[in-house]
Amino acid sequence: MASQRQQMNVVIVGHVDHGKSTLVGRLLADTGSLPEGKLEAVKAQCKRNAKPFEYAFLLDALKDEQAQGITIDTARSFFKSSKRDYIIIDAPGHIEFLKNMISGAARAEAALLVIDAHEGIKENSKRHGYMMRFLGIKNIAVCVNKMDLVNYDRAVFERIQADYVKFLKEIDLAPQAFIPIAAFCGDNMTGPSSRMPWYQGGSVLDVLDGFQKAAPLDQLPFRMPVQDIYKFTESGDDRRIVAGRVETGSVRTGDEVIFLPSGKKNRIKTVEYFNGPPRSGARAQESIGFTYDTEIYIRPGEVLCRYSQKLPHVSNKFRANVFWMGKQPLIKTKTYKLKIATQQVPVIVADIIHVLNAAELASSHKPHVDRHEVGEIIFETLKPIAFDTVNEIAPTGRFVLVDNYEIAGGGIILAPVFDSDSSLNQHIKKRDYGWERSQITPPLRAQKYGHKSALIIIAGKIDTGNQRIAKAMEEALFNLGKNVYFLGISNRLNLAASDSKDKTLGRYDALVQLGELAHLMTDAGLILITSITDIDQYDLGMLKKLNNPNRTLVIYVGQEERLALENIDLLLPENERSEAAVKKIVDLLVKAVVLDPEYEI
Amino acid sequence: MDKLDALESQSVYILREAYREFKSLVMLWSIGKDSTVLLWLARKAFFGHVPFPLVHIDTSYKIPEMIRYRDELALKFKLNMIVGQNTMALKEKRTFPDGTLDRINCCKALKTDALKNTLAGSWPRLRLNHQSAKYEVDTNTEPYTGVIVGARADEEGSRSKERYFSPRDRNSDWDVGDQPPELWNQFKTDFAPGTHIRIHPLLDWTELNIWEYIQRENIPITHLYFDQGNGKRYRSLGCYPCTMPVESHAQNVDDIVKELREGKFKNIAERSGRAQDKEDGGGLETLRKEGYM
Ligand SMILES: Nc1nc2c(ncn2[C@@H]2O[C@H](COP(=O)(O)OP(=O)(O)O)[C@@H](O)[C@H]2O)c(=O)[nH]1
Repeated sequence: MASQRQQMNVVIVGHVDHGKSTLVGRLLADTGSLPEGKLEAVKAQCKRNAKPFEYAFLLDALKDEQAQGITIDTARSFFKSSKRDYIIIDAPGHIEFLKNMISGAARAEAALLVIDAHEGIKENSKRHGYMMRFLGIKNIAVCVNKMDLVNYDRAVFERIQADYVKFLKEIDLAPQAFIPIAAFCGDNMTGPSSRMPWYQGGSVLDVLDGFQKAAPLDQLPFRMPVQDIYKFTESGDDRRIVAGRVETGSVRTGDEVIFLPSGKKNRIKTVEYFNGPPRSGARAQESIGFTYDTEIYIRPGEVLCRYSQKLPHVSNKFRANVFWMGKQPLIKTKTYKLKIATQQVPVIVADIIHVLNAAELASSHKPHVDRHEVGEIIFETLKPIAFDTVNEIAPTGRFVLVDNYEIAGGGIILAPVFDSDSSLNQHIKKRDYGWERSQITPPLRAQKYGHKSALIIIAGKIDTGNQRIAKAMEEALFNLGKNVYFLGISNRLNLAASDSKDKTLGRYDALVQLGELAHLMTDAGLILITSITDIDQYDLGMLKKLNNPNRTLVIYVGQEERLALENIDLLLPENERSEAAVKKIVDLLVKAVVLDPEYEI
Repeated sequence: MDKLDALESQSVYILREAYREFKSLVMLWSIGKDSTVLLWLARKAFFGHVPFPLVHIDTSYKIPEMIRYRDELALKFKLNMIVGQNTMALKEKRTFPDGTLDRINCCKALKTDALKNTLAGSWPRLRLNHQSAKYEVDTNTEPYTGVIVGARADEEGSRSKERYFSPRDRNSDWDVGDQPPELWNQFKTDFAPGTHIRIHPLLDWTELNIWEYIQRENIPITHLYFDQGNGKRYRSLGCYPCTMPVESHAQNVDDIVKELREGKFKNIAERSGRAQDKEDGGGLETLRKEGYM
């Protein structure tokens, strides 16, 4: 059956005009993979326009492109050999289009790197070589093209080979083959060339067919980044399904599993898949769903792992190599968004170890990474994430950085970093250092006001009544003569998370602001009440830290789903009546000696 | 895992990413085989459900069997079906079949303009009422900002430059030269207000893959693709004035798969039956930049 044939993605890279399009066009033509009449039609059109025929015209279907005379994107073409089907990614050589090249090459299992024999090794010959290494492509062949222009001279070929091998050694990369070709004329493309009898190796097609597919991913430890949690109750479906794609490994029903970074454990009950025979397990690359022994509440982004296997690192610091494509440089003082597997978290650059210009391999120390440079960097995420190093498990060891809506960098994780000096701690240290404290001490204030200060967070899912309760609480305390203030932040958080701003970063900013405000107000001796929906324990931890050393109390309305119980001071049932809620909260405040009877006048 | 499994898995992954990231998401359903496979993949991704509306642009020149089939499936799969149309152009008889426009401009009016305005919510949207099985004007006029489309890279040149997640600006313009990078299955899911995203889960599929998958999954497909009893069948579906059937005796999905694998269509591009592609060199691409799928 045709669909059982093996498939391989090949990227063609190299400096502009070194003959990538020609190589692709020629491969398509010589393997009979073009639609009937297409080649003749393009040739005829060139003739009509009195232009010399180019294979690029065949590929460059876009008007824009032809006007500029450069291939601007990674087009996808298909061709077949007797062994397998190839999807060819013709990557643009122009530096301006490096992000297109990366997009194509990131999907590739093999690479053909084209070097013009006449022009020799150019900047992008090197840069692209480095990128192949960065992207971890194992199958690489170097095609020395346009041999016709140097009279098929063996010495020219060997000189380029020697020079390029020297460069590749520096970056620890060894290609499978060097092939002398004349793509335009068809030499060494699909069979031996009579014009280069001195070359004993295989043709481009032979070398491609000789490439090995990577080892199957199901041998690695199990990882399934959670894409989403579905419950289509309104369509009469009561299953709560955790959906995602198994990146590596395999799992069976009954297996003990753990979600990271949250650390929640469970057991696989069923494997869910639409319109197929029942399944008892799932393997790498399958997009699938699971139900669990006990109802589980987690958010998209968690990585599902098997408890008995090697688990990923959970940390908020790691060392990585980053390739930067952003219009603005990568800098230390800005918050970016990190996307790794299905996790999305705010991230900052904690340290830039060094910066590398991939074309010259010159390393330098500077405070930022410019476009098209590679940096070795310590990143700090503002919440712990689960990850592997790229050498252990690549799919959970690679990430992208988003800057101002755009994917601006790609990175591979080299190692986790464990230390306690988080940027939040540094921020607080700095803040407190610069703070000229008032002479009136907290006990003095408490005495005067008849209560201590506190931040009271009333959390819960949307529409559980947490906001109503928070307002009732403010009124009750106010009537008792306490200095109290209500600040609802749910709307702000929703606004920050709406399409007008980056969801992840906007929410984070709003929470930091709240924490700072809370600190200011509690320092002034007030009771600040706020209601927040959809908060997790890291958000909470951050608010508490920012509000330190002043008191923070957490009240949760409704069924608790994502906070560890030890973080909650009081649980209220969903839609609790305001009077009852107020009474319980006042009790809590008395117990927590915020409203110490001693202070009552 | 075979090729179809791999294609399915990737498409499902993309659909789930789209559903998680975009609040105002729709899927275009042209009733053709590609978007019907896409619909099926949505049911795969969401375990039998389709949790977003399907949008169909009715040019009024669709083969009537297509509309019948659309409503039949919409009721059966419980789809939230939305239909849009350029009623002005039709009323004023500004169309190619009326002899007042050429093909390209007719496509622009009946498809591109209708689609743009339907997505934006600026023209009335009709919504299928499952109780009465009739269409009613939808009260929701919020713009749709994520649009899932069944484009394939092998169809013709310009589509082969697409991304899985491809941003369009306010005017549905497509900047071919400045496409976002897409690596390691991380897609552009963040976008500035005013832009919207086209999502292409079928980018890696070929026409043959589509038919093989229809065969494997037993997906209900309109009979227009089979020999109509006169030795002719449709290879792609569009408006009847501009879509010509091809000579073929294929009577069922098995026959079509065979025909594509080793028969007469092995090396002939699919859209060869569509007249508007031929009118000028980059016609389809011009339409595409203007927002036609
Ligand atoms: N003489 C000669 N010219 C070639 C050969 N291969 C490509 N070219 C020419 O080199 C130019 C650039 O080729 P193209 O494939 O467009 O380069 P790309 O920018 O790397 O895709 C074109 O004019 C080709 O015709 C070759 O083997 N011999």
